[in-house]
Amino acid sequence: MDFKDSDAEATYRAAARDWLDANIAEHDAGHYPDDMAKAKAWQARKAAGGYACITWPQEWGGGGGTPIESVIFGQEEARHAVDGSYFTIGLGMCVPTVMAYADDATKHRFVGPAVRGDEIWSQLFSEPAGGSDVAAIRTRAVRDGDDWVINGQKVWTSGAHYSDYGIVLVRTNPDVPKHQGLTMFWLDLKAPGIDIRPIHQMSGGSSFNEVWFEDVRISDAQRLGPIDGGWKVALFTLMNERLAIGTSGGVGPADILAFAAQANGTDGPLLKDAAFRQTLADWWVQSEGLRNTRMRTITALSKGQVPGPESSIGKIVAANQLQAIGNTAVEAGDQYGIISDPALTPLKGAFHAATMWAPGLRIAGGTDEILKNIIAERVLGLPGEIRVDKDQAFRDLPVGA
Amino acid sequence: MNFDYSDDQKFLKDEARKFLTAHCGSDRVRAVLDDPAKAYDVDLWRAVGAQGWLGAAIPEEFGGLALGHIELCAIAEELGRACAPIPFASTVYFVAEALMLYGSDAQKVRWLPRIAAGDVIGAFATSEGAGPVTARSIRTSVSAGKLTGEKIPVTDGDVADLIVVLARDGLYLVENGAGVTAEVLETLDPTRSAARLTFTDAPCEKLGTDDGIAAMQAVFDRAAVLLAFEQLGGADRCLEMAKGYALDRYAFGRQIGGYQAIKHKLADMYVKNELARSNAYYGAWALNAGAAELPLAAATARVAASDAYWFASKENIQTHGGMGFTWESDCHLYYRRSRQLALVAGSPAAWRERLVGQLEMRNAA
Repeated sequence: MDFKDSDAEATYRAAARDWLDANIAEHDAGHYPDDMAKAKAWQARKAAGGYACITWPQEWGGGGGTPIESVIFGQEEARHAVDGSYFTIGLGMCVPTVMAYADDATKHRFVGPAVRGDEIWSQLFSEPAGGSDVAAIRTRAVRDGDDWVINGQKVWTSGAHYSDYGIVLVRTNPDVPKHQGLTMFWLDLKAPGIDIRPIHQMSGGSSFNEVWFEDVRISDAQRLGPIDGGWKVALFTLMNERLAIGTSGGVGPADILAFAAQANGTDGPLLKDAAFRQTLADWWVQSEGLRNTRMRTITALSKGQVPGPESSIGKIVAANQLQAIGNTAVEAGDQYGIISDPALTPLKGAFHAATMWAPGLRIAGGTDEILKNIIAERVLGLPGEIRVDKDQAFRDLPVGA
Repeated sequence: MNFDYSDDQKFLKDEARKFLTAHCGSDRVRAVLDDPAKAYDVDLWRAVGAQGWLGAAIPEEFGGLALGHIELCAIAEELGRACAPIPFASTVYFVAEALMLYGSDAQKVRWLPRIAAGDVIGAFATSEGAGPVTARSIRTSVSAGKLTGEKIPVTDGDVADLIVVLARDGLYLVENGAGVTAEVLETLDPTRSAARLTFTDAPCEKLGTDDGIAAMQAVFDRAAVLLAFEQLGGADRCLEMAKGYALDRYAFGRQIGGYQAIKHKLADMYVKNELARSNAYYGAWALNAGAAELPLAAATARVAASDAYWFASKENIQTHGGMGFTWESDCHLYYRRSRQLALVAGSPAAWRERLVGQLEMRNAA
């Protein structure tokens, strides 16, 4: 067990740090968040330097590096105020799926521009009737000559409003059990018949969308994998999701510790309150546990092993901790805590924002409950859920609201 | 960076598991549990000594194998998994570590080879009553080279040959003999013995400096990491037992492991155990590397491991239902041991407090 960089890792880190210092200065740092033009320019600069998609082969525009190098660069990049979140879903989930299932011409057309940040991708799986039960998809694709015609609705599509392309899972055969009648395609999100409407979240913002399809015509050449074989392709995409959605951002133990040193407790600063200190210690233990678990994941990756479901653990723990830390700081304000105006609240409203954002994080990318099922079934080998819909044709399944 | 056991360490751990599976089944743990006259498993203690485990982290010049502390962590994980009823922690994690930290050359030469050989059992005597050990709670004192005071509880105090005693002005080595009387205590975990030790003008020898509390804490930091691995081994075993029972037991026409109430409970156990494992690994690195991060890493490892073992041991009983509440079920062996390990180097609450204190110091620096 060695927590320090090896000589080679230290050399890589030093080079990455030098490159970042030189390029951030030129790039005009501090575009975080919400400045897509600058985010794209930064992504292009990283691609030119071999620091975009570090673990991908160089022939596809990647850096040809190792997982550890990718982590080291991420650690160094995180010291600067740059935002790569526009590309996370595309490069973490969609483009790997395209690389695994598309023909060579399609790969050559799309992979390079995605790596350089020229084009942004979205993932269109969830539907109003298919959240945790992703395979309950109702959006239909009907064959018409060499084309397919899509009708239906997707929901909770992150970033669809600024994306160029997407991968979409649709129902191509409703006469077989639900998992057997799905097909995956890539498509142009600017195509006629696609209507993208932002969702107004309870947190006030709009990071997600509804995407409506009305007679959207796409070519059979856009198919990823076999007809009715889309579920296997979707599992490939979702396997990558676990790696893509790792950290939650937002407030952590260090933030609330700094806050508590200033905040009024019952008798002196909140940080001197015994009950608060006990809880703070538990948050620290969780955060450190996640950080060190990621190190174990990276070690496994670097040895060529397939990482386990550690990232499922990560989201359960991080999302619940975010909710608890946010709310603890809110309640610490006593009557004043109800005020959420960033001008009047600690850390410019970050604790209040965390309180309002955390419910979404506990649901997105697999709810707490689904992730616990995944751990119980895939890691511990406990029995799967009873599936009353398993052997029935999709069209015969009962539906609710 | 390599955040895992090496292949050699994995081999050692596998061998330790095989050895303990053969020599420390639950029948051996129960033999100590059920016989008040048995303080520990003497045969197992000898066998473990013959394996060289007692000297795994002791330098060769003092008769050890000098494998290192990560190797000792690997052994600890397996001892915890087996609920081994021997004075290993007292002797190795506390007394040998205290000697390696603070012993003079003469003290090391005198004691460490005998510890490594299994000829000496150690005990670490700090507590004098309920509540955390502090400078104010210590009344034991030394006058003219003689130590007087009462320590309760002292794990393995009744069978120890060498006792490291916290007095007002530092740690002292006391040989169990003249001026020392032991009264065996009834505890939550009879598979580990404990005693009230009364010292009356007992001959003693200073170990280290005058700041006894700081010395105790430095020993605790090292022991905490090693104990965390025992706790982790126990917690993982609880999860295995719960999983095994959940697959074997049928209710309402199906395996109880198919119900989400059980699945989610076991998933929660898994999450806590994995976080505890990751934090224990970091503690092992800090211990082995002699890193400045050790106090914070040790506190983090200990809080995580104590929490994980408590949760796993109590929910293992719950998963077993009525069967889990019987004496014949092994569930309570782990429940009892989780209590013993969580308290032996200070309570989880005290460690949480210490952890936050370390964070404050780090922020102030």
